[in-house]
Amino acid sequence: MADLKSEDAFAGKNAPIENFLVEGLHCPSCIREIEGALQKKSIIKNARLNMTTQRLAVEWADNFPHSTANNDAVIETLKELGFKGYMFKDSPSGAADDKEGRWLLICMAIAGFAMMNIMLFSISDWAGTDMGQETRGFFHWISALIALPACAVAGMPFYKSAWGALKARTLNMDVPISLAVILSLGMSVMQTILRSGDTYYDAAVMLLFFLLIGRFLDRKMRNHARATAHNLMSYRPSKATIVTETGESESCLIEMLRPDMVVRVAPGERIPVDGVIIGGISEVDTSLVTGETLPVSATIEDKVFAGTINISGAIDIRITALSGKTLLDEIIGLMETAEQGRAKYVRLADRAAQIYAPAVHLLALLTFIGWMVLTTVGWQQSLITAIAVLIITCPCALGLAVPVVQIVASSRLFKNGILVKAPDGLERLAEVDVVAFDKTGTLTLGQPEITNGDSLDPAMLELGASLAKTSTHPLCRALIVACHERNIPTIATSSPLHEEPGMGLKAQINGKEVRLGNRDWCQVPADVQKNSRYSELWLKITDEEPVFFAFQDRLRKDAVQVVDWFHKKGFEILLLSGDRPDVVADVAKTLGITDYLGGAKPQDKIDRLEELKAQGKKILMVGDGLNDAPALSAAYVSISPSTAADVSQNAADFIFQSQSLDSIVRAYQISRSSRRLVFSNFALAAIYNLIAVPFAAAGFLTPLICAIAMSASSIVVTANALRLNLVPLFSPNQTRER
Amino acid sequence: MEGLILLIPIALFLGLVGFGGFLWSMRSGQYDDLEGASYRALFEEDDMDKPEK
Repeated sequence: MADLKSEDAFAGKNAPIENFLVEGLHCPSCIREIEGALQKKSIIKNARLNMTTQRLAVEWADNFPHSTANNDAVIETLKELGFKGYMFKDSPSGAADDKEGRWLLICMAIAGFAMMNIMLFSISDWAGTDMGQETRGFFHWISALIALPACAVAGMPFYKSAWGALKARTLNMDVPISLAVILSLGMSVMQTILRSGDTYYDAAVMLLFFLLIGRFLDRKMRNHARATAHNLMSYRPSKATIVTETGESESCLIEMLRPDMVVRVAPGERIPVDGVIIGGISEVDTSLVTGETLPVSATIEDKVFAGTINISGAIDIRITALSGKTLLDEIIGLMETAEQGRAKYVRLADRAAQIYAPAVHLLALLTFIGWMVLTTVGWQQSLITAIAVLIITCPCALGLAVPVVQIVASSRLFKNGILVKAPDGLERLAEVDVVAFDKTGTLTLGQPEITNGDSLDPAMLELGASLAKTSTHPLCRALIVACHERNIPTIATSSPLHEEPGMGLKAQINGKEVRLGNRDWCQVPADVQKNSRYSELWLKITDEEPVFFAFQDRLRKDAVQVVDWFHKKGFEILLLSGDRPDVVADVAKTLGITDYLGGAKPQDKIDRLEELKAQGKKILMVGDGLNDAPALSAAYVSISPSTAADVSQNAADFIFQSQSLDSIVRAYQISRSSRRLVFSNFALAAIYNLIAVPFAAAGFLTPLICAIAMSASSIVVTANALRLNLVPLFSPNQTRER
Repeated sequence: MEGLILLIPIALFLGLVGFGGFLWSMRSGQYDDLEGASYRALFEEDDMDKPEK
């Protein structure tokens, strides 16, 4: 009871709405099924499913406040309907991001509203040659009335960022943007008061509107990717089974676990904590933590780590004190050190701004001086011309050059199942020259496959499968798969079956005892079939020779092609693995990788990367395990599969969701193309300036030319960025995908 | 010219109505789920028994 209370406190007492994540949504009728079924329940007032985010919001009925039991009821209902539901914990940072996105959207709406209304007056101003001076002045005043407040609000995102940059004594793209807006408004107000000529209210507002569209889409794309990444992490189990002192077991949220509690982990479950086994015997798959593919046997007094998978028998684990000495702490310590060593990357747009801003301001100054010295129009007219130069070199095309490419690239990556987590990840990815792979779970699937299946008697496979059919052990599953591949029937034996946790299975078939399991279980002497390379299963029929099944982790199906592709493009390729050296050597040979390191600890991986970094190499690290996480943060840029450990996903710049590795090549191709497009956009913007600036400096600029030039340059830049969608992408079977 | 006195406020007013409408639709969550809405249009009314509040 005490537990329930504290759980409520944890989730926040007055949360009338609970969010769930639903897996397996694919069709319109899913919405109806789920909402319909939930709304029939008395505890629920309203349920609404969001297809875009795959989240289900449940509003509890007034007299049934939110509780664990109710949450379970919802998850249970979803299960009955054939969907997997998870409690969804929203992160506070996500909510803040959302707020900022909304603010951007409002700014964009304000700028859009102002732009259209001012255009109404500007167009009549430009067209109405017979318009009286009075009317013209009146129109200018109304435009000022709309433009000034609109720019004050909608320009905020730019002013703030520009001010931040100036305070830090650097220049970013927002500095020239803010200056252009403020100066053009100032000049227009002056002209309006003096009734002496052209105004540029429309240009200022249009500039803000175009740039805000780019910025809003960019943020939206990134939020979408981040929400998906967040969803992926919510799939982790949120509950554990604890064993109380009286020996009863009850369910408990992971967050509620405390040191010295005892947790029971059933076969097939992920171990939620670091601890010591106090009861039971089993094997543990530690591949996510150490990179080791062979299951490790574990029994009383053995240490186990969070993130590993319990394979064969139920075990009770006493949680060790969180003294800062757990494996996770060590890894995080390493990650932090690695992170500090990473050079701060300066984004392309900011690098461009550092050249562009001083150049433009110098140009304006020269214009002013030139008019003062060479003509007799006076300082006012000279100043106006100088400001006109600043406006026409408006950073509109330049300000859009990078974000627009970024948006197109991220959305294309998203369609290919790749999430961009770091905003500057794409730019960094385009610069790499070394690719470092982890083995287990990255180049391989982390699932065993039989290696000597063809040399075995099919009858033996069939017999083995008849025992293995009932087991969930990964090697037994692999045996069944091997039979399926060879069209051998797999029918579970009808005779009574006994399973010994951590050892194997036995059954009486045709009066003989048949055993399937490890070496000890089948009483095979240690000197027969010496082997440290394969995972092994033995099959023994009472007095016959034991049969040896060898298993090995299998490569992802396109691993060879992907490694080949990088080889052909002249990349240095590296294989860093925590698995046993001879296994690593085998895989390296299959893939044609000459530079490999087996049995590597996290620190060894970092050391190797640092060595390369010292030679000026830029490394792309691809890895999934907890042991890769420090290397992922140490590398120049990093990619993880979505099956990776939480910590690794957090450290990685990209996450790919597909089963195949071609995502890595595609991400690289897209990053290269977007880099090329960013540069061609810069070139377009430069050409535009080369044509427009002389006009402005010569004093020929009119508001009409300014408006046309601005929108035309924006459209050209955007259209150029859209070409990214035409780049053909790598596909392992060489048929090219559009 | 007198027409302007009338037309300009009308134009601004209509613009503001559109702007207000946009803000309202955003606040009331019209843009939260852009995919689901297209499917919901296909449901029979009586299947979704409880009305939205």
